[in-house]
Amino acid sequence: MKLEFLEKEQLRTDLPAFRIGDTLAVHLKIIEGDRERIQVFQGTLIGRKGRDVKETIVLRRISFGEGVERTFYLHSPRIARIEVTRKGKVRRAKLYYLRSRSGKKAKVKERVG
Amino acid sequence: MRGLLGKKLGMTHIFTTGGVDIPVSVIEAGSCVVTQVKTVERDGYSAVQVGFDDAKESRTTKPLMGHFAKSGSRPKRFLREIRVDDVSGVEPGQEIGVSIFKEGEYIDVSGISKGKGFAGVMKRWGFAGAPASHGTHGAKRKAGSIASHGSNLGMGGQIKKGKKMAGHMGNERVTVQSLLLVRVDEENNLLFVRGGVPGPAGGYLIVREAVKVNG
Repeated sequence: MKLEFLEKEQLRTDLPAFRIGDTLAVHLKIIEGDRERIQVFQGTLIGRKGRDVKETIVLRRISFGEGVERTFYLHSPRIARIEVTRKGKVRRAKLYYLRSRSGKKAKVKERVG
Repeated sequence: MRGLLGKKLGMTHIFTTGGVDIPVSVIEAGSCVVTQVKTVERDGYSAVQVGFDDAKESRTTKPLMGHFAKSGSRPKRFLREIRVDDVSGVEPGQEIGVSIFKEGEYIDVSGISKGKGFAGVMKRWGFAGAPASHGTHGAKRKAGSIASHGSNLGMGGQIKKGKKMAGHMGNERVTVQSLLLVRVDEENNLLFVRGGVPGPAGGYLIVREAVKVNG
């Protein structure tokens, strides 16, 4: 018996379509004591791996001059919402090359249409 | 009677409602059939023999077919005894499923670990090996000295019994204790257990109530 059917029921169906290179804003639910608030992490999607419930996305952004990468479980209930803020045009599945670039070279071209 | 036989299906994640993700092993445990009940009077000890996973009749030997016929069970591929102190209320032919366990309980899982073949001391025992440079020659993964004249007090220079050396690793019975039952799926007879269990996906397992934690 395969595990897939068990994992399917945990999958989210409310996620927008996005591609590698897009800039995403991930709205995360943060629980502090008994209060819940939303924190947004916005960055370039530089990688996506795994499948079904194990699927993760890696976002990279420059925060106060320092490169920050964060990995999210795509189907985690902690993600309130994902927003595509900019579409990117890239020719690779993993944009790890952005790590060794800075300034204008580290920018992903915008995809039109 | 708090034991089951099962089959490891593999591992996955489960998200709790709070969003914490738990790594789980999924075990298909049941339905199992009681094939024999052993009592102190007749057998000298008390235990319940359980069968799991249907076998083809054509692949089952005649003596075994006779054994299964006694309990009215279909032939099974995996037969194991589970020791219990009290066998009252357990009848041959009775079906048991995952409903004997509850979510939040702790269980012990036994199985046959994956075979690693003839393994060296670094893999088998976690030895550090030798330095990679500074004149090391052909000894990077060796164990070093195993004894010396007069070492291991009183043994007169012999190698101590049980000395950790290279040899066959894996493919042996392993029990993992006190695993948390995260979810019980009675419909499909599935147990979701936090953490790993021995053996490959598809391997047979024995699931029992935890010896050390109970509650």
